[in-house]
Amino acid sequence: MSASGSADLLIEGVGKRFGDVVALDHVSLQVAQGELLTILGPSGSGKTTLLKVVAGFETPDAGRVTVGGVEITALPPAKRDIGMVFQNYALFPHLSVAANVAFPLEMRNVAKPEIERRVAEALAMVELKGYEARLPRQLSGGQQQRVALARAIVFNPRLLLLDEPFGALDRKLRETMQLEVRRLQRRLGLTTIFITHDQEEALVLSDRIAVMNRGTIQQIATTTEIYERPANDFVADFVGESNIFHGTMSAPGMVVLDGGRALQVRSDKPAGAKVGVLMRPERFAPSGANAFSGEVIESVYLGTSFKLRLACEGGPELLVRQPARGALPAAGARVTVGIEPESIHVF
Amino acid sequence: MTGRGFLPALPALILLFVFFLFPVVRMLGFSLEGGTLDWYAKALGEQLYLRVFWNTFEIALLVTFFCLLLGYPLGFLMATTTPFWATVGFIFVLLPLWTSVLVRTYAWMVLLGRNGVFNRTLMEAGITTDPIPMLHNFTGVLIGMVHVLLPYMVLPIYGAVRKVDPAIPAAAAGLGASSFAIFRRIYLPLTLNGIFAGSVLVFVLSLGFFITPALLGGGRVMMIAVLIEQQVREALNWPFAAALSAVLLVFTFAVYAMAQRFTRSEAEAAR
Repeated sequence: MSASGSADLLIEGVGKRFGDVVALDHVSLQVAQGELLTILGPSGSGKTTLLKVVAGFETPDAGRVTVGGVEITALPPAKRDIGMVFQNYALFPHLSVAANVAFPLEMRNVAKPEIERRVAEALAMVELKGYEARLPRQLSGGQQQRVALARAIVFNPRLLLLDEPFGALDRKLRETMQLEVRRLQRRLGLTTIFITHDQEEALVLSDRIAVMNRGTIQQIATTTEIYERPANDFVADFVGESNIFHGTMSAPGMVVLDGGRALQVRSDKPAGAKVGVLMRPERFAPSGANAFSGEVIESVYLGTSFKLRLACEGGPELLVRQPARGALPAAGARVTVGIEPESIHVF
Repeated sequence: MTGRGFLPALPALILLFVFFLFPVVRMLGFSLEGGTLDWYAKALGEQLYLRVFWNTFEIALLVTFFCLLLGYPLGFLMATTTPFWATVGFIFVLLPLWTSVLVRTYAWMVLLGRNGVFNRTLMEAGITTDPIPMLHNFTGVLIGMVHVLLPYMVLPIYGAVRKVDPAIPAAAAGLGASSFAIFRRIYLPLTLNGIFAGSVLVFVLSLGFFITPALLGGGRVMMIAVLIEQQVREALNWPFAAALSAVLLVFTFAVYAMAQRFTRSEAEAAR
């Protein structure tokens, strides 16, 4: 992944400011041919600006964007051959489903019979056969999204950009559409950038995730890497539920948290190093090498699991998830949990 | 209308009845003086008066056309530019609207006359040797009316363009559309209702326009409202003026009703 030869989309040192606000601070990343990279970040993190730079709606102050070895930094959007699904789909309200999907082909002067064939093909791919004559407003949210997707892929674009496309859908439909988009993207082998602020969605869809905050990329890694081995507090906190502490390595394999509590960990950081410690709530077991006992402050039944907030003696407050078996521990109850050294991530 | 909603509207209804409906009925009465349709026969039968109607129609059409030609780009620009320039645009569009038509028309007389600002500038610059006749003719009336009626075109178009979600033209650009294609395939069809509303407004207002054609036409450009005024004030032929007014009223209503029907079928087709 590091060799630029395998990169289909290459973003190098892209910077953009709006007045005093730095939207993008020299962002660099690569996306391999056929890969789905998610840019995950809170609103205002610069992820949308980055997408606009790639699509050509925003001109960067610095840096370059290359697709398949060809620089596109200065090209207008119309010349970029990039399919994009907008947040609210941006379907043409006055055009039928078929005319919406035919639009990019007409703009490329494709012959009429060929247009008809490819529109039918694209609509079949998103399972909208029979909806050709409908207008966008006669469709449900999920169907509108399929039209937007068909319109974005019908002209065999070099890249596919998805700008928070699932935000407007209800939960169930969102999950269906996520899997469908994923299936379609794999089948077509389309290099894809997906923008979202929803970390769950990012984990479901992506090959790799780039976590952004304040205009910089905090970490780019595979989904498991991001979840299991986040690079810093921000990533650890933003992706998934977490218990994050800070401390100092007292010896190899031993951390003393700032509160004084010592933990056995797996880390080759040298003694004296300042470190962050991440313990995912679901990694706690009834017992383990590092034991915590404390009083339940809050307990929630979540169907498959219990979510407990523990106040531990002489130390930290912990968020713990346990498989839902037996009775839900009530507030005030004393509970002991443990965590193995290999389940603790030190960064 | 429910009984409760009726009462608060009463003063307005009385006002409309006394100052609008009653005079119209009275006018229709005048036009039928003597119990004959002779005055209508004269208005619609004589070549001279038909020419005036045709003239009015033609001027209204041209005014609408030029207002559209000037108004669309302006309304479009105001709707798509930064808030600052949009405000500047609004001031320039609305300021004339708040100024009396009479004042604006006299201002045009100063500009367009034989010794007016335009002609003097042109001659001093050596572009023309003789003054171009721009006042008391068709050109003058056209210029003045377009100026006076332009806001009525700009505002509906501005509103229509504003209603277009900016993501839609952006999406079109991303899909490969040139600026011209974005205008023709996206903006134009999506702002058709604004174009239509503005055109109907300007056309209908043009049909009955009086002050500007009277002053800038100098009696040589005969529009129907000017003719009516002459019949009342100079010829003292009230029944004939009333018949002309009635014909104009019916014609205006017809245009308006046609426009309504068209917009309704447009809306239904879009639904």
